[in-house]
Amino acid sequence: MIMKRTIGLGCALLGAIGLTTAADAAEQITFVSQGGAYQQAQTVAILDPSAKKLGITINQDSIPDAWPAIKTQVGSGKPIWDVVDTPTGYCLRGGEQGLIEKLDFSKIPNAAAMPEAYRSPYSVSYEFYSSVLAYSQKTFPKDAPNSWADFWDVKKFPGRRALRNHPIATLEAALMADGVAPDKLYPLDVDRAFKKLEEIKPHITVWWTSGAQSAQLLNDGEIDMEMAWNGRVSAVAKEGAKVAFTYNQGILQSTSLCILKGAPNLETAVKFLNEAVDPVHQANLPLHIDYGPGNPKAFETGVIKPERAAQLPSEPANAAKQALMSYAWWSSPAGEAAEKRWASFMQK
Amino acid sequence: MLALVSPALLVILALIVLPVGWLAWQSVYHDGFTLENYRRVFTEDVYWRSFALTFEISLAVTGIALLLGYPVAYLANSVPKGWSILILSLVVLPFWTSVLVRAYAWLALLQRTGVINQFLRYLDVISEPLALVHNTFGTVVATVHILLPFMVLPLYATMQKIPGDLMQAGASLGASPSLTFFRVFLPLSLPGVLAGCTMVFVLCLGFYITPELLGGGRTVMVSMLVSRNVELYNQFGAASAVAVVLLLSVLLIFFAVSRFISLDRVLGQK
Repeated sequence: MIMKRTIGLGCALLGAIGLTTAADAAEQITFVSQGGAYQQAQTVAILDPSAKKLGITINQDSIPDAWPAIKTQVGSGKPIWDVVDTPTGYCLRGGEQGLIEKLDFSKIPNAAAMPEAYRSPYSVSYEFYSSVLAYSQKTFPKDAPNSWADFWDVKKFPGRRALRNHPIATLEAALMADGVAPDKLYPLDVDRAFKKLEEIKPHITVWWTSGAQSAQLLNDGEIDMEMAWNGRVSAVAKEGAKVAFTYNQGILQSTSLCILKGAPNLETAVKFLNEAVDPVHQANLPLHIDYGPGNPKAFETGVIKPERAAQLPSEPANAAKQALMSYAWWSSPAGEAAEKRWASFMQK
Repeated sequence: MLALVSPALLVILALIVLPVGWLAWQSVYHDGFTLENYRRVFTEDVYWRSFALTFEISLAVTGIALLLGYPVAYLANSVPKGWSILILSLVVLPFWTSVLVRAYAWLALLQRTGVINQFLRYLDVISEPLALVHNTFGTVVATVHILLPFMVLPLYATMQKIPGDLMQAGASLGASPSLTFFRVFLPLSLPGVLAGCTMVFVLCLGFYITPELLGGGRTVMVSMLVSRNVELYNQFGAASAVAVVLLLSVLLIFFAVSRFISLDRVLGQK
């Protein structure tokens, strides 16, 4: 699996392994992300340059949902992976359950310099995406919906709507629609959020389950507005569909890097973690894909042109308009209870 | 004899008995013996709603498939051999296309900007597009389409075995064609009806792709509960309890049906 992934991702990397097997035997790590265009962008922007700078070999693996594998690997006592790029909530939950190493930030100066909200004792933000309000420009050529209150206002903004079939980010949107300020959301008032959601429920045509589905709905004109991930919306727009989105009241979400408990190459993994959030490597990521750097210092490097920065979810001015998701709240007992309550809300 | 069947028995043991046993074990054992997973299934009304909806959809799909499938099987049975081969190949043809592709094809037909709504608007029959998909209706339509062959084939097999002489005998005694159909042909074809209905109903109980893609998120069938529980509770037990309850319902249905008709027939052996 690891070999296959490496072949798929870059012959240069494979060449490096082939030529220098003996020398590299000591310094290597296995890095895991989610595959696809996203992992390829990282390979070019972050992984290959980091490997070169540190003189290590980075073996890559990919998996859409790393959580079950983290549990089994650490549970077996002999993990194969070192560093995982996964939604931040899993790093926190894993940390609490003893599956993830606690980080010593004195050895990770690049992360130590990041704002506190961008890291946890177990993880460092790696990249940002946002759950935004997207709409059809055909339906709304002007006076488009610009806030969750607008999304909830079915009289002023008639049209078909879609939301994600998941409480994360959806409850936040409901509370903002009800007048809660983006920086005053946590701890979420779950009762209030579900009450607000009951209001919009009859007007939701589709509760989407995958990012691909949300893109298809927008692209085919099946719905007029929806909550979707910014990268999905801009991809649909790039293909020529008349769609747009606003960062106003978006919910800023991240994946983070964390290290498996008992990782086979712990020391190298920590070194890599520091290198991976280096501002320059981080600044290179959005040149290859529509995600924002996890380290805000990336915007000060000059690598990202101002017009490109303006499109990114974590650019400081865009970030200021949004709510920063609290993964600590979602992995708390209250968050887990809210997640379970979603099912009975959907089927009522 | 045992030597001949043992490879097959081993395959069944390794691929069916062991995994299902492991599944059932997980549902009651997680850091000690627990009935928590079953308590949830039997007390939280989310589960009850999903099971009720699943049975409703399965009944609707079975009924519609029977109404659509019976005439097709009847026609295939009453035309010359060449024609019946053609009809049956048309029935089987969709099997060569993946279920996923067929579900997406229905999406293209049924959605707001889909072929059917556009056509009806072009004809001025409707002014607002109809909600044909992202609901139970769309799910049922696509599921019927996918399961129809499982109705037609057993019906056809049973009809093939009804001697044509019986209809002629009925006619010679002065019965009209409709009377011979209802008094002679239909009762003789009932084992096929039961076989086809059981197949379609049971397959429909476990359907996942059509409700997931065409149900709009509201049509939560039991199979979707299984996958959701893995995510929600982060352990397989919560999901396998749902699967075990579904499996037991299926076995119960087979048992009930077997009181009326031999199982060999349902499975198309005779």
